Amino acid sequence: MGHMQDLSRRAFVFGSAAIAGGIAFGAYGTAEAAATAGDNPLISGLGPNSVTFNPWVEISPDKITLIAQHADIGQGVGSIQPIMIAEEMDLDPDQFEVRFAGPSPAYFNTGFADELAPFVAADQSPAAEEARAKMLEWLRQAGLQMTGGSSTLPDTYEKLRVAGAVARETLKAAAAKRSGIAVADLRTQSGHVILPNGTRIAYVDLCADAAKIPPVLDAKPRDPSKWRMLGKPMTRLDIRDKVMGELKFGIDMKMEGMLYAAVKLNPGKGQPLKSYDASKARAMPGVKKVLELKTGIAVIATNSWYAMKAADAVMCEWMPSAYPAEQADHWKVLESSFKPEFLGKEWRKIGDINAALKTGKLVEAEYRAPYVGHQPLEPLNGIGLVTDNGMEIWVGHQSPRFVQYVAATAIGLKPEQVTFHNQWTGGSFGHRLEYENVRVLAEIANQMKGTPIKLVFSREEDFLQDIPRQIAIARHRGSVDKSRIVAADLQVASTAPFKGLLERSGTPTKDPDGQLAAGLWNVYYDIPNFRGTSYEAQGLSPCTTWRSVGASTSGFFTESFIDELIHAAGLDPMKARIAMCTVPHYRKVLETVAEMSDWKGPLGNGRGRGVAFVESFGTPTAEVVEVTKTERGIRIDKVWVAVDVGKVIDPVNFENQVQGGVIWGLGHAINCELTYANGAVQQTNYNHHEAMRIYQCPVIEVRGLENDPKVRGLGEPPVPPAAPALANAIFAATGQRIRQMPFNKFIDFV
Amino acid sequence: MIELTVNGTRHRVDVVPEMPLLWVLRDELGITSPKYGCGVAQCGTCTVQIDGMAVRSCQAHIGEVAGKSVVTLEGLEKKEQNPVIQAWIEHQVPQCGYCQTGQIMQAISLLDLISNPTDDEINQVMSGNLCRCGTYPRIRAAIHAAAAKKMAEK
Repeated sequence: MGHMQDLSRRAFVFGSAAIAGGIAFGAYGTAEAAATAGDNPLISGLGPNSVTFNPWVEISPDKITLIAQHADIGQGVGSIQPIMIAEEMDLDPDQFEVRFAGPSPAYFNTGFADELAPFVAADQSPAAEEARAKMLEWLRQAGLQMTGGSSTLPDTYEKLRVAGAVARETLKAAAAKRSGIAVADLRTQSGHVILPNGTRIAYVDLCADAAKIPPVLDAKPRDPSKWRMLGKPMTRLDIRDKVMGELKFGIDMKMEGMLYAAVKLNPGKGQPLKSYDASKARAMPGVKKVLELKTGIAVIATNSWYAMKAADAVMCEWMPSAYPAEQADHWKVLESSFKPEFLGKEWRKIGDINAALKTGKLVEAEYRAPYVGHQPLEPLNGIGLVTDNGMEIWVGHQSPRFVQYVAATAIGLKPEQVTFHNQWTGGSFGHRLEYENVRVLAEIANQMKGTPIKLVFSREEDFLQDIPRQIAIARHRGSVDKSRIVAADLQVASTAPFKGLLERSGTPTKDPDGQLAAGLWNVYYDIPNFRGTSYEAQGLSPCTTWRSVGASTSGFFTESFIDELIHAAGLDPMKARIAMCTVPHYRKVLETVAEMSDWKGPLGNGRGRGVAFVESFGTPTAEVVEVTKTERGIRIDKVWVAVDVGKVIDPVNFENQVQGGVIWGLGHAINCELTYANGAVQQTNYNHHEAMRIYQCPVIEVRGLENDPKVRGLGEPPVPPAAPALANAIFAATGQRIRQMPFNKFIDFV
Repeated sequence: MIELTVNGTRHRVDVVPEMPLLWVLRDELGITSPKYGCGVAQCGTCTVQIDGMAVRSCQAHIGEVAGKSVVTLEGLEKKEQNPVIQAWIEHQVPQCGYCQTGQIMQAISLLDLISNPTDDEINQVMSGNLCRCGTYPRIRAAIHAAAAKKMAEK
């Protein structure tokens, strides 16, 4: 087996199950989420005289290692997770190492319970909480280990602080036993237990003792008023290495004896190769081999560039895509999906919608959202090595256990024969929840048994294989009467992103896709007659989760349409939303953004403001966008954002994430779509799918609120209000109502 | 064999002259701060200096770089004291960080050309560098801070 020089600390011996020295105890404080001792995956990797208290803390005589359960895709959780543990353990940021979690059911994501239970986030009734508790139990049994759904903080806020508190109290108990001093007289500071006489015992010197005593499982995390680091501006642990160019991403990894691979795969996603001619490619510089894969070919060469050039030169004939070859036919399928046989679910119904639509003024509108790509700057990649024992894979991914399943299934192994090493990633936005690179890397490494293979997708190949955001059409109707919205009948036909992802992960479901309810049914306005219905279009391109998922399209549809109704009723968009909002602390979010932007109604002189409010993943977010109509087109001047996350854990990263989410939402709404021709995506580099560059970036002012009773996530919620707030601002400035993304099809931007 | 100097060290590489500098740095020399993002000069994440000028290393054929001096972020002189590097850390610019080495190399070049750039000038020079995470507000703030720091040092 090759030696992975850059990864030596993470090296893990295949099949090793020996527990050398020390004992491990696994359970930790809260019964709800505790992994039992047998479940702690750190036990099997422990060195001599080392101890692990739970799946997140490991102490050996030379170092303290904290485990980051959720994958870092740029959102900063490689930093905030260990810092939550370190806060409770009284560790300084330079006193521990961080390692990404391996695949284990111990790392199941409790944070999905709220999103998967069929209740809107603001509903905290006993029935809703009971459904969430049942979902939590299902998640535990399924061992669903996944980063996504803005769930890292909801999942870990409690359990990591408890994990740290258990470690701290157990280390104190070990020091008490050794010194004969009562625990109550001991304290902890900077990685040491401090005795009353000032003697300091380092945690690493206590690990052998700690391994011999029962863990202190009833340890409680501290009150937030006692926090040293959390809640205050802090420096992310990865900032320095990223700025100095020293952080190694997955694509930067090397192994001894490694060869490089590039692929050319059927652009008709998932369909087989028909025939190919590699005679030209085989004669090109650096080329070692051309391999046939199920869905295409791979070139093995002495560097990535040789491999990519040669893959380009292979002539391939493809089996046709399973979805329509031409984009116009995708839209036709969607248009004809508003029928009972394609019904996903009627998610919410209030009052008598049909009768209400007949009273007052009827407003009808059709909205559209195209396929969009993820396209993080680091293209899909990975290193794979297949030996007689199984496969090792080094790849940045959000679902470790599903990586095992997909790689194993591709080459006839059992999932437990696949050893997975997670990597730092150059962004994801949902891309690294999918498996194209994993599947073909397994195939390639299996054909190159014994040789480590580094696969890098060319940007063009990454675009062609990117499983896009859902495509959707909304047909909304509503009525206004006597300056009031009396009815809203919201209907969306869409491809099913989360259902598709689950199917490709080996866990198919027949249930309607809950992401098609996001932004459609969680509408918190006092509208007496309301209905939200989804239809699931069949036979279109596979689709998957894209930063903010269902709410990225339905948030745009709903909040633009609500704006239309408000204007039809002759009301002010901000005042009407505040007046209609039924959840007090959500209303506060709107009031805050009104105050921040000093909202006083129309601006005039070609300037306009739009507001939008969307709750996604439990996080209520309101945004005001201000634009100016110039001779060269619409200029986005400024954005104000108010978000309620229950608790702002790191104010610096909070602001960065919110601004990034707004830029993501605005940029793609302005100029991005993926369209199919001859079964392949037509946009294959950033010049055709650009999103926002710095010259278009407005000033973005952010405020975090802490009124929600739960700690909420933030990676995605700033995205959905951005597009409708912009469309509403353009309407205010120009009178032009844009109902389809990307907006630059209808109006120019500076 | 093609000879080139990277970060003050002479290297000889046995590759075809059309091979882009980016891939020679990454795969042949193991210098990984220049990243592959697009391959067609659309993203700027591969930015390095050749004879002091910021260039997209994905567009520079190694045959044309022979005999010239290449500097990557790894090889910046007095890196820890570089005002751009310091400002980038103080402002915590990165999210995923993948584009940031290219952003930093471009920003250093910007401040060499214009010592105290306006937002418009920053926009003009930095618009070739994509950031998918959306760190642009922090990039602007860090460049202003670095400019101030650099001028204060003079």
